[in-house]
Amino acid sequence: MANNREFGWRRLHSLLGLFPIGLFLIVHFSVNYYSTKGEEAYNQAAGFMGNLPFLLFLEFALIYIPLVFHAVYGVYIAFTAKHNVNRYGTFRNWMFLLQRITGLFLIVFIAWHVWETRVQKAFGAEVNFDMMENILDNPWMLAFYIAGVVSSMFHLANGIWSFCVSWGITVSPRSQQIMTYITMAFFIVMSYVGIRALLGFVI
Amino acid sequence: MAEERKTVTLIIERQDNPDSKPYVETFEIPYRPNMNVITALMEIQRNPVTKDGKKTTPVAWESSCLEEVCGACSMVINGTPRQACTALIDQLEEPIRLAPMRTFPVVRDLIVDRSRMFDALKKVKAWIPIDGTYDLGPGPRMPEPRRQWAYELSKCMTCGVCLEACPNVNENSSFMGPAPLSQVRLFNAHPTGAMYKSERLNAIMGDGGLGGCGNSQNCVAACPKGIPLTTSIAALNREATMQMFKNFFGSDYN
Repeated sequence: MANNREFGWRRLHSLLGLFPIGLFLIVHFSVNYYSTKGEEAYNQAAGFMGNLPFLLFLEFALIYIPLVFHAVYGVYIAFTAKHNVNRYGTFRNWMFLLQRITGLFLIVFIAWHVWETRVQKAFGAEVNFDMMENILDNPWMLAFYIAGVVSSMFHLANGIWSFCVSWGITVSPRSQQIMTYITMAFFIVMSYVGIRALLGFVI
Repeated sequence: MAEERKTVTLIIERQDNPDSKPYVETFEIPYRPNMNVITALMEIQRNPVTKDGKKTTPVAWESSCLEEVCGACSMVINGTPRQACTALIDQLEEPIRLAPMRTFPVVRDLIVDRSRMFDALKKVKAWIPIDGTYDLGPGPRMPEPRRQWAYELSKCMTCGVCLEACPNVNENSSFMGPAPLSQVRLFNAHPTGAMYKSERLNAIMGDGGLGGCGNSQNCVAACPKGIPLTTSIAALNREATMQMFKNFFGSDYN
């Protein structure tokens, strides 16, 4: 299958975006939602996640390796496109552009986010409510995190839509239209969850 | 059209040869009723003088059928890739801007080299093999509803408009574009063509095939023949998923 490389990479890219990265993201958002229930509830939930057995293995297998591949190949995909929303201002063409813009932004955001939390933990800091409270105390940081939350959920929602097309799950225009509604509803709901979770640290 | 129109203004992006720099020339030609872009270009050919009165070379273009079935006269008209023969002057905003479809290598002026599309059709085996060393006899019959459906896909004239509209068809990628992919679906739907289904699927699972699609869905919006290109691509994605498993695990269902 030497000549199948591009097709195979592209399918892998699509698959990894949902499993495990998308699933992880949903768990991540749900756990963070405990911030709305107070400091103690959050610390308990975050402590549970942070003390899972085989944590490092789980992190590498389910997050770091798939995410790095998805990011690197995604940059390649983003820069092979020549955008033409001026000429074709259709909904799908805009989504195509936004998928690439949010993807590139997320590389910056996630790198910063991992540095600030997971890498600091490796250096000895404790990941807890106080840490996030301190980070989000800065209004610019809060805005940056809100942008990250919204971008990641847009990228995932629209990614689910294109996953369904790329794997041949939604073929007819009608099924693709319905999938647009479902994924956009998912985007709105999960963005709400994410933003509420962020505000839980500051309010 | 209440007032008498006297002239038509065209701004044309020109290029003398494949390697030279493009330049722009403006032409003002006498108006006649029912003109299309081809008759306007013929007028320039008869009297190749720019608006400023400078004598120039006639603008080169390609055309053949003049009824939007051959695809030869495709060019970018007022920013939209389409066929010049069905671009009626009365329906176009003036000045009319003409440019070649730069997704393809420009040969001269508005003429482009669409070879990459024909090469892609060869690559995906967009034909039905019926020749043998002996008479193979009649093939299986095609149900009428299926024939009518397939007819829509067969309307593709390899004009190149969908490639021009696609953000993923460019010099950075080897993506063959929507048109040849849709032809795979057409030939795989044919009862005799279906005998070579996996060969075509494996061809589009290689470089430049299905993997290059980014789902911007511009192709289906741009196609002058209304071919359901994105449905074809999604259907092929489904077939390719099955083929992928067959290739990997092996299968008795060929």
